[in-house]
Amino acid sequence: MRYGATTAVDGVSLTVPRGRVLALLGHNGAGKTSLLQVCEGFRPADGGECRVLGLDPIRDHDELMPRLGIMLQSGGVYPWATAGEILRLFASFSANPLNPDMLIDRLGLRKFERTRFRRLSGGEQQRLSLAIALVGRPELVFLDEPTAGMDTEARHTTWQLINELRTDGVSVLLTTHLLDEAERLADDVVIMRAGRVAATGTPAELTAAAGIDLLEVRADSGLKSESVNYKVVETSPGEYSVTGALDAAAIAEVLTWFAASGAQVTAVNSRRRTLEDVYLALIKDNKAGAVR
Amino acid sequence: MSGGTFAPAPARAPMRAILRSQIRMELVLTARRGEAVVLAMGVPLLVLLGAGLTDVTTVPGDDRLAFVVPGVLALTVMSTAFTGQAITTGYERSYGVLKRLGASPLTRPGLLISKTAAVLGLIVVQLLALAAVGVAVGWRPEAGQLLPAIGVTVLATAAYSGLALLLASVLKPETTTGAATLIYVLMLAAGGIMFTAPDIAVVLPLAAHAEALRATLSHGTSVPVEDWLSLGAWAVVCVSAAVKKMRWE
Repeated sequence: MRYGATTAVDGVSLTVPRGRVLALLGHNGAGKTSLLQVCEGFRPADGGECRVLGLDPIRDHDELMPRLGIMLQSGGVYPWATAGEILRLFASFSANPLNPDMLIDRLGLRKFERTRFRRLSGGEQQRLSLAIALVGRPELVFLDEPTAGMDTEARHTTWQLINELRTDGVSVLLTTHLLDEAERLADDVVIMRAGRVAATGTPAELTAAAGIDLLEVRADSGLKSESVNYKVVETSPGEYSVTGALDAAAIAEVLTWFAASGAQVTAVNSRRRTLEDVYLALIKDNKAGAVR
Repeated sequence: MSGGTFAPAPARAPMRAILRSQIRMELVLTARRGEAVVLAMGVPLLVLLGAGLTDVTTVPGDDRLAFVVPGVLALTVMSTAFTGQAITTGYERSYGVLKRLGASPLTRPGLLISKTAAVLGLIVVQLLALAAVGVAVGWRPEAGQLLPAIGVTVLATAAYSGLALLLASVLKPETTTGAATLIYVLMLAAGGIMFTAPDIAVVLPLAAHAEALRATLSHGTSVPVEDWLSLGAWAVVCVSAAVKKMRWE
């Protein structure tokens, strides 16, 4: 038995297993929103085929839609209707919706319940859009930059909700520019570049693949670094930063060199790449096109 | 299946319930837009009382109300089905509302059905209210040709709605608003509502509709063939163009 969604668009193939969160990362224009739009049935795939929950988003549109929760990047709501009216409207489209009042409270929208949509701030509009996406108890939710424009508190509330969705067995596909958001939330990360998948894996796999790339060493000051194969820079007296492809052998070599130089090493710190480092390297490294 | 708050349980509500709440939303939002209410009731009322009870314009025949009231009824159908709908739909498209609702369990056909039902409901209420005002000030309608009168009104509504969706689909919302208002004013001037229009005006849906309502409701005679032809042609052309060009985002 297979759960979740498998989609393929123009060479891009994604799998979001049930109860997992997949984050789609990439520059503006990398194709994240376009990919979502195809999955949501808003536009046809240019080539190939798209299947969501085993259904064609355009041909089986009306059958698929109740099973999806869609949060657009912006808009999609009557500007003149109040937050409460809109959420209750969407709730009324479902046979067994979540309680709108619960969502209003959970997302901190109670005091805006009677406020018209166009008078809400960007972050408040985002929170309402998230509530709309969830109210029909969907199996799979598409969140296009869910926390854009939210303040810190709302962002944390949203992260908590997304974690809860996962626990309750909802599959989540989200796009984001925030690397820490992806690192914190996602079970799987897909980095897109120019409409293609540039890298994919769990956050741990992606950062581990890059290895340790910075070693901070505290030792006697004034050591000359020419004799070593790695870049050793004395950042302040007695503080060295070592960069390069630092696998275990390399680290041993570096430390041996410190010892051979007669230096007393008093501290060694390794810093692992964050997803952000991986992402930036990947985006910059346009021609090489692979994670180192 | 896990029992958490968000445990998936997607299911569409019965279509009747979905349509009911969407139609209610359409009506609430229309009532909330001041200019829509003015356009739908204020202007027709002003024309009815102004041109019907005073001699500010020249109308054929001795019975001013017999000429003016059916014209006002036709005008109000145009203002709701065409002008109001074009403006609303244009903005809803630009705000992504059409796109988002089309991707909900409401579905696109459901959205069109709701819009049509809301427009028809509004038109019925407006026509009854304006006709009542007309009767109160002395208009004496004939009931014998009511069915053909309803028939031409349905045709006119279809034509206006098609034209409204067409404009809203091909123009920017600001341009749609401008164009829809301009067309409203031009039709009001040339459509034979407040004063006699030249015979050729029957090619305009408003003039044809007004003439048909005058024949049926004021004089109890049948709808002139050219009015059926004009309204029928407008309905077919506008609705098929709208079906072809309809854009959801």
